[in-house]
Amino acid sequence: MSAEATVAQPTSKKIWGGGTSPYGVSWGKMYMWFFLVSDAFTFSSLLVAYGTLRHRYAEVWPKASDVFTHFPFYDGHIQLAYVGLMTFILIMSSVTMVLAVDAGHRRDNKGVAWWLGLTIIGGLMFVGSQAWEWYHFIKGTEKGAIVYKTSENEIWRFTENSQEPGIHNTTVKGLVSPDHKLVTDPVTIAKIEAVGRPLQGATLKENEYGHPLFADFFFFITGFHGFHVFSGVVINVIIWLNVLNGVYRRRGHYEQVEKVGLYWHFVDLVWVFVFTFFYLV
Amino acid sequence: MSDQHEHKGYYTGDIHNQYIEEHYDPKNRGVIWRTFWILLVITIFEVAIAFTSLSKELLMYIFIVLTIVKAYFIVAFFMHLKHERLSFGYTIILPFLLIVYLIAMCIAEGSYIHLWGGK
Repeated sequence: MSAEATVAQPTSKKIWGGGTSPYGVSWGKMYMWFFLVSDAFTFSSLLVAYGTLRHRYAEVWPKASDVFTHFPFYDGHIQLAYVGLMTFILIMSSVTMVLAVDAGHRRDNKGVAWWLGLTIIGGLMFVGSQAWEWYHFIKGTEKGAIVYKTSENEIWRFTENSQEPGIHNTTVKGLVSPDHKLVTDPVTIAKIEAVGRPLQGATLKENEYGHPLFADFFFFITGFHGFHVFSGVVINVIIWLNVLNGVYRRRGHYEQVEKVGLYWHFVDLVWVFVFTFFYLV
Repeated sequence: MSDQHEHKGYYTGDIHNQYIEEHYDPKNRGVIWRTFWILLVITIFEVAIAFTSLSKELLMYIFIVLTIVKAYFIVAFFMHLKHERLSFGYTIILPFLLIVYLIAMCIAEGSYIHLWGGK
């Protein structure tokens, strides 16, 4: 391949003197990085908007750890377990991706195909997990909440778990006020139930978990991220088919795998931030 | 398929046909798995301390610091930025100072509107 090369290997010591890449990276990789910077700005804007309005409605903001408590094949409620599992799946698929890039550096076509294939499976698992989480978020809890009209629509949620984290306790019958205070007095509960209207699940307009913006940001941020994961899986499949067809073996290098690898790690990186700011704090 | 001799570089083979120096380290796979364990342990630690009786504020600062640590490991080792030229690293990282500024501005604004009680 180097016989056809028209550009000689640079020997100039002057990095910014022209005729060579000052950054020492290929133009394709550099543009992938620049795209990722701009994409990171988009995600930053979403998360900053979320943070701003969350501070604005601080005392009525729902606790995410009380909302996302479902786990597949388990009837009770465990806080943070499912999202922890999703994080593990995405980190794992990042590892298989970096191993695919590593195999590419060794010009190991079979290795690239194997690791990239595993990355695609990990990506599909993550997208599936997110769909499952959305389903439960939209469907809502068994008991739902009461919309109690005062100056604003107040969301009074029926207790599913006690205030002790991680413990499922149905014996406490009560309503949780918008600012997270537990009401167990039957007279007050009956009064709120009589005036209010029942609400279950979540839409963009209102949700049983609390402030409407909570669901809006959930749908927009995890939706935007999930769409990135989905796009990543599609791009990975295209590159994987190229690997299987020996396109990069014939080309002599696996830079294309490196580029999609950068995108894939970026998706993982964004999830690290979403996990912290949406679920943990 | 893996051959023994080291690849020092390649030509991209497109219309630019740029020559790319490759710096491949065979010990790289050890670094990959070390990074994986670090990320996994930090994540488990985060989920575990979320259930302790530490104050909400302290937990928040711990989570933010650990998130930045995780981001560093992903960008430096998975995305390989640590092994690119320093000038390239700065070009990628420095614009995010603007994001730090944006966060400081917007969170202050959100808290202010909250205290003031306006809409």
